[in-house]
Amino acid sequence: MADPHALSNSVCIVGVDESDEIGSLPGKSQLTLHLEAIANAVQDAGLKISDVDGVFTAGQHSPALLGEALGITPRYVDGTTVGGCSFIIEVGHAVAALHHGLCNVAVISHGESGRSGVGVSPRRDTSLTGQFEAPFGFGGAPTLFGMITTRHMHVYGTTLEQWAQVAVSTRKWAMLNPKALRREAITVADVLNSRPVVYPFNVLNICLVTDAGGAVVLTRADLAKDCAKKPVYVRGVGESTEHVMLTQMKDLTFSEATRLAGEKAFRMAGVTPKDFDHIMLYDAFTSGPPIMLESLGVAKRGEGVHFFEEGRSTPGGTLPINTNGGGLSYTHSGMYGIFPIIEAARQLRGECGPRQAPNVKLSLVNGMGGMLSAAGTLVLSNETGT
Amino acid sequence: MELDRPLPSPITPEAKPFWDGLREGKLLLPKCKACSHVFFYPRVLCPRCHARDLTWIQASGKGKLHAFEIAYQAFTKAWTVKPPYVLAMVELAEGPRLMTNLVNVEPDPKAIKCDMPVQVVFSKLTEEVTLPLFEPAR
Ligand SMILES: [Zn+2]
Repeated sequence: MADPHALSNSVCIVGVDESDEIGSLPGKSQLTLHLEAIANAVQDAGLKISDVDGVFTAGQHSPALLGEALGITPRYVDGTTVGGCSFIIEVGHAVAALHHGLCNVAVISHGESGRSGVGVSPRRDTSLTGQFEAPFGFGGAPTLFGMITTRHMHVYGTTLEQWAQVAVSTRKWAMLNPKALRREAITVADVLNSRPVVYPFNVLNICLVTDAGGAVVLTRADLAKDCAKKPVYVRGVGESTEHVMLTQMKDLTFSEATRLAGEKAFRMAGVTPKDFDHIMLYDAFTSGPPIMLESLGVAKRGEGVHFFEEGRSTPGGTLPINTNGGGLSYTHSGMYGIFPIIEAARQLRGECGPRQAPNVKLSLVNGMGGMLSAAGTLVLSNETGT
Repeated sequence: MELDRPLPSPITPEAKPFWDGLREGKLLLPKCKACSHVFFYPRVLCPRCHARDLTWIQASGKGKLHAFEIAYQAFTKAWTVKPPYVLAMVELAEGPRLMTNLVNVEPDPKAIKCDMPVQVVFSKLTEEVTLPLFEPAR
C-alpha cells in the first residue's frame, strides 16, 4: 500500500506572484494575466520560463494553450477544473508528478478577466442548472451560497452580525496590503447597512469581482535549494468533491468534501487541525470561512464564527486568518484559489511587511470549488518538521 | 403574455417524464426499484445502489422549506419578476430536495422559517411548461 506520507516535504513552493497589476484591468486579456503571473512567479523563484516543464491551470484556458503561449513544450499538463480551489488541488497533483520525476519545474497558473471580460468566451450552462435552477431565478453563486448560510443560521443560531465580523476582520488585513482593492475601514454596522443583494447577503458579505492573475512555481526539495528564495515545504495535500448541484449536498451546514480534504492533508503532514499559526480560507462569502473551519475540525460545529472576533483572526490576533485581505477585500477574479497559496508562501517567507503575522511556521490553506462542492487543503511550512 | 423567467432548457430525455407530469398537475419523482430510493434530479441510475431499474412515483406535493433566500434584484437577463422574491430549497416528504420559489408569502425573513411546512403550487408558464412552485402549507 502506497504511503502518502512519503510525499510530505518532497516538494517545495519556490516562486509566487500576481500579474503585474490586479483590480480593474480593461486593457488586459485573460491570457495576458496568466502570462504576466507566470513570468513574475518564475522570476521570483530565480528560474527561467524555459525551465518550466509542467503546466497546471484551471478555467477557460487549457494547459496546452499556456504552453504554446509561453513557447514551451511541457512534458506534464493538468487542467483539472472543479471550481475555484482547482489550483490548490493541483498543488497536490504537482507534488505527485514532481516527486516521481514526471516533471522538474511545475507552474500552476490562474488568469481571469472576471470584471472586464477581456479575451473571455461566454460561459456555457449545463442542462442541470438550465432545467432545475434557472427557471426559479437562480443565477450565480450568491443565489446558492445563501442557502447554505440561512440553513446554518437556522441550525446553529448564527447571526448576521457574526457573518459581518468576518468581513470586518478581513478588511483590517486588507488595509495593510497595498495590493488590496478595498482598503477603507468598515464596521459590523457598515456591513449590515450595505446594499441588500440576496438575503442573507448584503454587498459587503460578497467577494469582489476583479481582473487578476496569479502563479505558483514548485520543484522537488533537492532542486529547491538552488532557487532564489527560502523554500516553502508542501507538507500535506488533500482534495475531494462531494456534489455540484446544491440540492445534492448531504448537510448544507457542513462540507463533507472539506472534511475529507483536510483529513488527508493533516494525516500526510502529521499535524492536527489545532496546530496552525496562520490560516488562509477561500472567502467568496462571509459565511464560507467559518463553515470551512467547522468542516476541517479547527472549530466545533456552529462555532467557526467565533474565530473572527477581534483579537483572534484580526491583525495582532492569536490566529491570523486571510491576511491578504481575502476575496472579500483584496481581489477575487472568479477562481480565487491561487491567491491564498501565494499569501501563505509569502507569510512563511516573512516578506509581508506591515501585515506580516509573527512567527508563522505552519500555514493552512483551504479552498472550495462551487458551493463547498469541491475542496482542496494544503499544509505548508518553512521547515520540514522532522 | 410575456414570460417573466427563463424556461427550463435544455430539457433532457431522462427528465422528460418529470416535465410531462407537471403539465398534468403531477409532481413525479424517479424511484429505484431495487432499493426503493426516491431521488431527484432524474438520472439513469440510482445514486444510492447504482441499479438501473427505475420507475416514477407521484409525490404528495408536501414538504418542508429546507433553506431560503430573499432576492432583491434579478440574477439573470431573462428574469423580470419584480423583486423581492423568495428563492427556496424544499425537502419533499418523499426525501429529495429541489430548488424552487416560495410564493404567497411575505418576502421578509421574519415571515419565513427553515423547516416550515410547504405545499406545491403548479404554475403554468406555457402550453409545454408548468413549474412546481411552493407556498406555506395550509
Ligand atoms: Zn437503488
